Amino acid sequence: MAMLNFERKYRVRGGTLVGGDLFDFWVGPFYVGFFGVVSALAAVLGTLLLVYGAAIGPTWNLWQISIAPPDLKYGLGLAPIAEGGLWQLVTICALVAFTSWALREVEICRKLGMGFHVPVAFGSAILAYATLQVVRPMLLGAWGHAFPYGIYSHLDWVSNVAYQYLHFHYNPAHMIAVTFFFTTVLALALHGSLVLSALNPPEGEIVKGSEHENTFFRDNIGYSIGTLGIHRFGLLLAVNAGVWSAICIVVSGPFWTRSWTDWWAWWLNMPIWN
Amino acid sequence: MKHLIRNGVATLVALGLLSGCGERPPIDTQQLGYRGTGMEQNINPRIMKTVMAANQPGPIQPAADGSGPLASEVYQNVQVLKDLSVGEFTRVMLSMVDWVAPADQKNCTYCHNAENYADESMYQYQVARRMLTMTRDINSNWQAHVGQTGVTCHTCHRGQPVPPYVWFVDPGSGRENAFVGTRAEQNSAVTGLGITTIGHSSLPYDPYSPYLLGNLPIRVNGPTALPTGNRSSIKQAEWTYALMVHMSDSLGVNCTYCHNSRAFAEWDGESRPQRTTAWHGIRMARGLNNEYMVPLTGVFPETRLGPTGDVAKVNCQTCHQGVNKPYGGVSMAKDYPELQREKVLPLGPVEAAVDAMAPTADAAAEVSEATSPMASSTTAVGAATG
Repeated sequence: MAMLNFERKYRVRGGTLVGGDLFDFWVGPFYVGFFGVVSALAAVLGTLLLVYGAAIGPTWNLWQISIAPPDLKYGLGLAPIAEGGLWQLVTICALVAFTSWALREVEICRKLGMGFHVPVAFGSAILAYATLQVVRPMLLGAWGHAFPYGIYSHLDWVSNVAYQYLHFHYNPAHMIAVTFFFTTVLALALHGSLVLSALNPPEGEIVKGSEHENTFFRDNIGYSIGTLGIHRFGLLLAVNAGVWSAICIVVSGPFWTRSWTDWWAWWLNMPIWN
Repeated sequence: MKHLIRNGVATLVALGLLSGCGERPPIDTQQLGYRGTGMEQNINPRIMKTVMAANQPGPIQPAADGSGPLASEVYQNVQVLKDLSVGEFTRVMLSMVDWVAPADQKNCTYCHNAENYADESMYQYQVARRMLTMTRDINSNWQAHVGQTGVTCHTCHRGQPVPPYVWFVDPGSGRENAFVGTRAEQNSAVTGLGITTIGHSSLPYDPYSPYLLGNLPIRVNGPTALPTGNRSSIKQAEWTYALMVHMSDSLGVNCTYCHNSRAFAEWDGESRPQRTTAWHGIRMARGLNNEYMVPLTGVFPETRLGPTGDVAKVNCQTCHQGVNKPYGGVSMAKDYPELQREKVLPLGPVEAAVDAMAPTADAAAEVSEATSPMASSTTAVGAATG
């Protein structure tokens, strides 16, 4: 397969964490590596387990298939395959696949001699998943507190867990997480539209550079963070979205059992009102 | 990387602040639905210990001999407890001293004229008589809500002449109709009664008047996913939510105790049997307020009335007091067959007025037909607080 002209630059040998040269090769445009192999195996195994779960379950309706965690009575122990054991295996596969993928990213970073920003950023998403499925259930004492694997069923879980605290939007960490998520999207929209505009000039005009981009935003909102800064800012926003998601769910239950509206009583109880 | 480290530190600080709320593992949890549905109760055992300490059953007088002569034949002016022996009658009177008379007057004269025990002049006497009728009414006609557990005076009164949790119509803080229009009882941290709002939320602060006194529709959900003619407004939904949050506060449970939030309105296969019990509870509170409390308005002295001159009324908190089942499910009433027997309606002037109103006859009829939810709810509630 023909290589793009910049591929020569990153198709360099070495930088692997495990396995030396053994898995240090590419399949088409994709770097493999030891962790690529592990990640692919775990992902395939996990997916097949989900299919098996669907096969022994009540429906093949894609929306309604659900691989649910065990009953609370199993605590942090192993459950029978058909009663949540499958969920436990899938969760292990998922964690292995996600973590291996992050380590594969580390190997690529090492090949390129760049910082570990990308695996760190992906790590915040893994952190949120691990917090939901492992850390919080362990703090509450049962795997059954985790969410089920199903398109509708995981949404039902989200809804009911929110109603366990009456009004989850009052969860202060959830407020922060949501704000970071929306701001991430806003920043991406502003940045993406700017880049597309600069790179796709009207007929007869030249492609615009960063001076044009900066000028547009200085005119528009009085400030331009710059071509490098926007990527740092995006990283900050996106990582915080994941991290605050993890915080907002781990405090719900282990560190707060009541309505999240009640948490704000500290505001009503402040002495300045009296 | 520096800002990532800064983020990490900030995160740890924030986590510390959040966990400084005073709660920590271990937390007792209880599964309420199929695994993975997220229907669970989270019970902090430290908080529950405090709540249960404040919800201990009251004193119980030794059982009385029911074979003696009837109190109504021995005493004058016995109108409600006519079917009791003198021993049983005296036992109920002594219990009421324990349960209702104020701490500085734990004797008969809180209600009775010491010169003539048959004298009806004290308002406490008239109220107590009506309340005895009410207690028997609840235990015999509202079993769809109270089950075999039943109630006594102590369930609400807890040793005080005025039950610790009653409600009055809230006159508002006077700032309801501000420059930007009516606030519909919302977004007021402090209400006209000086208390904080429903569950510290921005929901309307008086859901009792429309639902537990009046008879406005509570179920405002549309029956279909897409709009098909349901004209209920967001404002109406917020009033419903205020009632629901009141119930949650009163029972110390979250929404999933009764509902599967994927389909709040559905009964079969989605809601728990407890929702049926609660449905009867709403009608019971409404019935008691209209049938027993409102007609007593003129009997009470002004000091016992609310700022708008209305009588004290019951809501879920009046009996439940923070527990899904009063006293955690312990039945005081089972030791008081005197309070269980068939209702014997007195014939006093107050009662005549009540008969004229009779607003809840339909509700009572509905309840007597209902059967199913009790067995299951009793079991589940016992497990929840055991």
